Amino acid sequence: MDPVIFTTTAIIAKILVLLGVTLGVVPIMVWFERRGAGWFQGRPGPNRVGPFGLLQPLADVIKFFFKEDWVPANANKFYYLMAPVIALVAPLAAISVIPFGSHIIIGDHVVHLQLANIDSGVIFILAFAGLEVYPVILAGWASNNKYSTLGALRGSAQVVSYEISMGLALLSMLLFYGTFNMNEMVTWQSQSLLGPIPSWGAFLNPFAALVFWISIFAETNRLPFDLPEGESEIVAGYHLEYGAFKFAAFFMAEYCAMIMASALLVTVFFGGYGFLPGMQMLLEMATAQFGLAEVGIQNVTALLQFISLASKVAFIMFVFVWVRWSLPRFRFDQLMDLGWKWLFPLSLVNLVYSALLTWYMN
Amino acid sequence: MGTINVSRKYTLAQKIYLYYIIKGMLINLKRFFRGLFLQENWTIQYPEQRREYSQRFRGAHFISVDKNKTENCTACFLCETVCPAECIHIIAEERPEDENTYGVWKEKKPASFDIDLLRCCFCGFCEEACPKDAIKLSRDYEMSVATRDEAIFDLNHLKREVKGRG
Ligand code: SF4
Ligand code: SF4
Repeated sequence: MDPVIFTTTAIIAKILVLLGVTLGVVPIMVWFERRGAGWFQGRPGPNRVGPFGLLQPLADVIKFFFKEDWVPANANKFYYLMAPVIALVAPLAAISVIPFGSHIIIGDHVVHLQLANIDSGVIFILAFAGLEVYPVILAGWASNNKYSTLGALRGSAQVVSYEISMGLALLSMLLFYGTFNMNEMVTWQSQSLLGPIPSWGAFLNPFAALVFWISIFAETNRLPFDLPEGESEIVAGYHLEYGAFKFAAFFMAEYCAMIMASALLVTVFFGGYGFLPGMQMLLEMATAQFGLAEVGIQNVTALLQFISLASKVAFIMFVFVWVRWSLPRFRFDQLMDLGWKWLFPLSLVNLVYSALLTWYMN
Repeated sequence: MGTINVSRKYTLAQKIYLYYIIKGMLINLKRFFRGLFLQENWTIQYPEQRREYSQRFRGAHFISVDKNKTENCTACFLCETVCPAECIHIIAEERPEDENTYGVWKEKKPASFDIDLLRCCFCGFCEEACPKDAIKLSRDYEMSVATRDEAIFDLNHLKREVKGRG
């Protein structure tokens, strides 16, 4: 086959797979969030629509679809309509640099399982993660509603303050890996630290992992840091004036951002698509069972890598839900306190520690 | 001025949050698995399962009737008078003689008897006031209606058969 056509097809296929998986996980997450909330709280949760209530998200979508599509009279229409679009596009774009496997071999072509293997992967992700503030501000400001504006102010203050500690935590890991390239990071992490324990970022620098983890909760506006919303004070916050499908877009964007943040956390701190314990054995078993050649081994490896990444991300997503239904929310001053007085200085100290450790190791 | 500062002594572990957060989350994880695998629920599946309420529960009203489906009410207006919500509206008329089959002479009967359930506070005073044990409160608590008019129970509706009490 003509290599140009092959590459184009491969890229389109990768885009479709990424989009399909990400957007396909959203309804499952919505279902799990609501059903899981039930289990956490000792009640069954939504169980009427379809088996185990699995069709509940579908019912929600139909509901959103038939709602009146309404724009407030004094809103700035352009920005008002743009906000949900940015909210949805930013995390989806950021996902494109996350490697979800090493490579597969089709015929005599090698297909790398990453949409964009760019050298500045981390910068790219940070840029798009930073873009997530914009929909909050735009939505709040453009809907011309006091509650929305307050929610937007709170949201942007929160996201900006946590982005600093998040960036510093990431920076300390960059010192270890010595690269901005996500793929090389994953490869770096697959080397052995102590016997069977891989040198995952979280083992090398658990504190940075913790800070990063806490920060992504704030970044994605999830509990216990869901200050931009607040039923008792500012109603729905920045998306108060959004109804019907525009609200659904915000809703989906929240979950896409969660998926993106989890994937980033896994890639930087938990070995990315690196094998989970036991996967190597599985691979050897499969090789022996089917008598695979080199090509086959590589393809099965890629599949297992994808499964590893997916299960790690799934676990982080579970923690998102778990935390949401376990912890009460922070007050706004406590949130700022934690962000500026604890996480920020501690991650600075951690950065120095990482620098010294790296210097010592070399 | 209106703020009262309650100072508490926090231990270091409490100040760092993390230990207690993890502890609390583990408790909640236990709950999660019990909900998931043991279906341990504190709620009930309402339309299929129903909670057993007290025998003295005061729900939708009814008017008791005798064997011939004649209401026991004599339109004495005691319930209308006692009702704190003023939601009972009775119009009285003379009762034809042939309706009194047992020889008990009830001279009056309600021509119309309306209770506005949207105003009623289910205090049960009407039941206590009634000399004929005519008006009673059943244990039926499912009173949702689609329009306000449906919430006004007329004589016909009040004379419905109610099981379990009467
Ligand atoms: S229960 Fe109380 S409020 Fe309701 S009709 Fe009887 S007396 Fe009136
Ligand atoms: S229901 Fe009882 S209290 Fe009310 S008018 Fe009839 S007899 Fe009198």
